[in-house]
Formats: sequence, structure tokens, C-alpha cells
Amino acid sequence: MLDNLQLLFVYAPVMNVQMILDGIFIGAVFALAAYGLALVWGVMNVKNLAQGDFVIMGGYLAFTANNMGFHPILALPLIAVLMYFYGVVVYKLVIRRVIDNDMFVSLLATFGLSLFMQQVMNLIYGPEVQTVDSHMHIMTMFDDFVTVPMVKVVSLVLAGAFASAIVIFMTKSRTGQAIRATAQDARAARVLGIDTDKVYMLTFALNSAICGIAGVLVSMIWVLQPFYGIVYSLRTFAIVTAAGLGNLPGVIGMSFILGWVEQYAGIIAGAEWQIAAAVFVLIGVLLWRQIQMRRLRQVVR
Amino acid sequence: MNEKLIYIGLGIFGILGPIAFPDYVMQMAVLWIMVLMATTWDITGGQMGYNSLGNITFFGVGMYVSAAIQVSMFYDLGEFTASYGAIKPVFTETQYYTGLILGIIAAGIACAGVALLLGLCVFGLRGPYFAIGTLGIAVAAREIAGTIEVIGAGAGIAMPFLPLPIEYRSLFFYVLCFVLAVLAHFVIRWLFKTQFGLAANAIRDDEDKAEAMGIPTLRYKQVGWAIAAFFMGCTGAVFGNMVGYIEPLEVAFPVATFGIFMVAMSLLGGKGTLWGPVLGAILFHVVKEATWTYLLGLQWVVLGLILIVNIVYFQQGIMGWLQKKYPEKFGIVVDQSNIQVKEEA
Repeated sequence: MLDNLQLLFVYAPVMNVQMILDGIFIGAVFALAAYGLALVWGVMNVKNLAQGDFVIMGGYLAFTANNMGFHPILALPLIAVLMYFYGVVVYKLVIRRVIDNDMFVSLLATFGLSLFMQQVMNLIYGPEVQTVDSHMHIMTMFDDFVTVPMVKVVSLVLAGAFASAIVIFMTKSRTGQAIRATAQDARAARVLGIDTDKVYMLTFALNSAICGIAGVLVSMIWVLQPFYGIVYSLRTFAIVTAAGLGNLPGVIGMSFILGWVEQYAGIIAGAEWQIAAAVFVLIGVLLWRQIQMRRLRQVVR
Repeated sequence: MNEKLIYIGLGIFGILGPIAFPDYVMQMAVLWIMVLMATTWDITGGQMGYNSLGNITFFGVGMYVSAAIQVSMFYDLGEFTASYGAIKPVFTETQYYTGLILGIIAAGIACAGVALLLGLCVFGLRGPYFAIGTLGIAVAAREIAGTIEVIGAGAGIAMPFLPLPIEYRSLFFYVLCFVLAVLAHFVIRWLFKTQFGLAANAIRDDEDKAEAMGIPTLRYKQVGWAIAAFFMGCTGAVFGNMVGYIEPLEVAFPVATFGIFMVAMSLLGGKGTLWGPVLGAILFHVVKEATWTYLLGLQWVVLGLILIVNIVYFQQGIMGWLQKKYPEKFGIVVDQSNIQVKEEA
């Protein structure tokens, strides 16, 4: 451990550049998924524990497209549409029935959904770790100390583009306004003629599509495995809990922080600590929120 | 009267079952483990309204604690695990049994201690945050256990072998599981007849008011969780020896399987009741074994589906449904006079 620290800060400080860049690349993907979660959480008060499995599912769709000879980026719009309709189906069958119940029910139902999705993907694709080769060249900087695969840059740009598109959609379009109105006060929105059931469906499907996009990016820049979903879910929860709902700059900032924490934990303590680091961030955030609330003699609800 | 019949029935099943069906002793032992999981989860989950998704942590911690104690009493633990079961150190009978008993008890006590400490960290969280926090703890425990070299890291530990003829092996662990389940049942039964039960239900119904009434809610929650953890730890210790091989991902911390099954079983039977979790566990186990037998390959998919259907369409559980349908059988009196008064006014 000490050796690794020495390597990072004494012998090759240039490696920090690599860490920070990788943190940003992976953080951008987290930010997409976390924004989707914040959307669903804020609008319909459903805490989607299957968030990570939606991401992995998008990734596996990209993997399938790649096997069929399409480049994942070309298949991306199609995958987003597919995931959108998958979200509609899930909403109609499961989510609609748990919205009005207490929140633990939504949590459990989505956990059941996550278990189901994991196992179906495990049946179809097997438990091996997979990745999609994007056939893009790799840039090197600082005498080959820092490698920047082109695909990561492209995915960062894509994530940014999609995030901005969603923000513009939410603020400018009538549908986006209806979603925001429902989030603020569902009853008032219903009185004013907004079909809230439809808004909920749209929101959940939109979230599913966002996760699908994030999944395509994950498949190109990282690895896929049917059971990795739960860690993505915990990451998005950590990000949203720390940043709060409807706080986009907070979500993006926290995603980058989480990306950096994971990168540094992976290099300093060893690769097996990378997932643990993400979970520790979640627990740390929850602890910090509790201490914050205790000062006001309140609890985290 | 009714309850006596249930006790007699379950007692006969528990004692005569392994004799009548000697091929299914292992499955029945797992059944009692499932009953233990569901009933102990219900202490905080059903009766206090603190729905933990991370009680499986104690299962795994107990398993590792007992393994460490059983081995390190007589051998060097690091050497034992480094051999990955290649060296089979011989445990004499007395060594094995003292190790096992001490290991089980120590596992329970260690887990209760862990629960008291963790309780300080998570009981300021409510509802979904509590569930996510405890889930996070379970995943963290799994990841940490996979990095500690002394207990075998990701490769695991092979447990010492039971010095009994092989045909008595499953019977031996069956008896342990059965005794533990009965013990846990009566402890919980007694617990919820005392003031503890009243306080726990007050916390579930309205924690702020309970606090205002002077109930030390944090202490009650900690103690409730510690009792659940004690039994979970003992169960884990027994299960570890039963399986014979401990590894963090599938055996010790099965977060996405047993960790969620215990919640599903309580919900299926009806949470917050004494018999609901028992009933749910028995039903769930039968369904699980049936899917294993007839739908091999698809079993996990089917279980996930059952879980979703159970939670989405049948939340009140069997006991809850029965209580609604036949309230008089449960001593719940629906006061008709009150309703008429309202109609007149």
C-alpha cells in the first residue's frame, strides 16, 4: 500500500493525470444513471434498486448489436428506444402498483426486478465478464505514461450531449414541464388536467432509456457481468443521496468524486477494494447526512 | 388451543420428519435455517418497522468467526487457509465438538456486538434509507471478507470435517438447526409478550411519539437488532459447518439470494406476526425446492418472478389476509355499534 502511494506521488506523479481522467470518464456514466434515478425518485417517489441492472441490460444489448456486426454507437439510438419500451412494460406491470404504497414496497419490488433481470441476463449471456471492442485508437501522453483511449473521450462527449439534451427537454418542452409539475405537486397537476399516470410512465421509460445509454457507454469503456448491476445501483444511490434531488450540478460533481475515489482506492489499496470503496462512499454519505440531521434533532427520511 | 395443535404438528414434523424421509434431511435442515432467517428478520423488520436488507451480514460474520475459532484453537489459521484444504488436519472428537460449540456461541455473541455497534451508525436512518444503508453494509462486508488473507480471501476456507460416519452427518446438522430454530422461536415469543413487544410496536407505529413518551427508542432498536444478529450469527456458524466450505460471494454473504429471501418469506407469511414468518418460510422453501426440481436452469428467474408477484400483488401476506378475512379468529373485534352511530349522525 505504501509502495503504491510512493509510486503515485513520488516516482510517477504523472499517473495522477491518468487517475483523474479515468475518474472523469467513468464518472460521466455514473452521472447519467444517477440523473435517471433522481428523476424517478423525485417525480414518483420510487427508489429504483434495479437501476444498475437497467444499465447492465443496455450494455448487453450493445454487446448483442456488436456481435451482429453493428458498432455500439450506431446501435445506440435503437437501444435507447428498446429500453424506453422495456421501461413502459415494467412500469405497467410493476411500478404502477407500488407508487402509492409505502416506499419500502417500491424498494423491494425493484429489488425483485433486479434479481429477475440479473438471472435472465445470466441465462442468456453466461456469467463471464464481457466487453465490447470499439475499434478506436488509443492516444498516449507524457511518454506513454498516460493512455487515453479515443472511445472514452467519445463516450464522455456523448454522455455530456445526452445530459444536456435531457435538461433542455425537461425545461423547454411541454412534456418536460408536465413532469416537473407532477414532481412538485402531483395532486395540483392532476387538477390542472395533467394525466399523471402517463407522466409517471414517461418518466420511468425515460429513466430506462437513459440507463440504456449509460449501459452502452459502459460496455465500450468498461466491463459487463450480469451481477455487476447491484454495485451500479448502490453507486447511483450514493450519488443521489449526497447530491439531493433535482440538483444536477451536485449529481455531476458527486459522480466525478465517486469516480476518483474508486480509481484511487483501486490503485492504492488494490483492485479488489474498488467496489468496496464505492459502497464505503454510500455508507459515509448516509452517516454524514445523519450527523447533519442530528444537529437539528431530526432523522434522515 | 389452536396454537397447541400447531406446536404439536410442527414438533412431530421436526422430530419424525428426518426419520420418515431420510433422503431429504439436508433440505429440512435448510428449511429450519430459512425459518430462523425469517423469524429473526421479523424482530426489526416486521415488529419495529425497520426493514433491513442487510441482516445477511451477521450470517456471514458468524460463519467466519466460528470458522476462525474452530481452526485457530488447535492450528495456525493462516497456514490452514493457505493450504486451501490440501492439508487435512485431524481434529479429535473432543477438539471438534468443543470447537464447534464454542464457535457457535462466540459467533452469536460477536454478531450481537457488531449489531450494537452498527446500530449506532444506521438507526438514525428511516424507511428506505435504512434499507439501502444496511444493504450497503452487507455488500461492504462481502467485499472486505474477500480481501482478508487470514480467512482465505476470495478463495475461502475448507471447514474441519465432522468426526462422525458420513450417514449421520446431515442428521447431526439437522438437529442443530432444529434446536436453534425452536430456541429462537421461544425467545421471540417471550420477548414480544414483555414490555419489549409493546415498545417495538410503538416504534413501528409512530417513533416520534414513542420517543416523546420516554421510550429509549435507540436502545430498543439496538437490542432488537442484536437479538436478531445473535441468532443469525449462530445460524451462520452452523450453516458454514454444514456446507463444509466458506467463501464470501455465494456462501457467507449471499446478499441477492438469502439476504432478500428472508424479507420475502416474512412478507409472504405476513410480517409483524409470530407465525407469519414461519409459515412464509415453509411455503417459500417448498416452492423453492419444487422449482429446483422441476424448472432446473430457470429456478432463479422463477424465484425473482415469485418475489415480484408477492410484493406487488400480495403485500399483506397470508396472515394479514387471514386476519382481514376472519378477524374474530384472531381476537380482533370489529365494533359495529360505532359504525351505526356514525351513519345516524
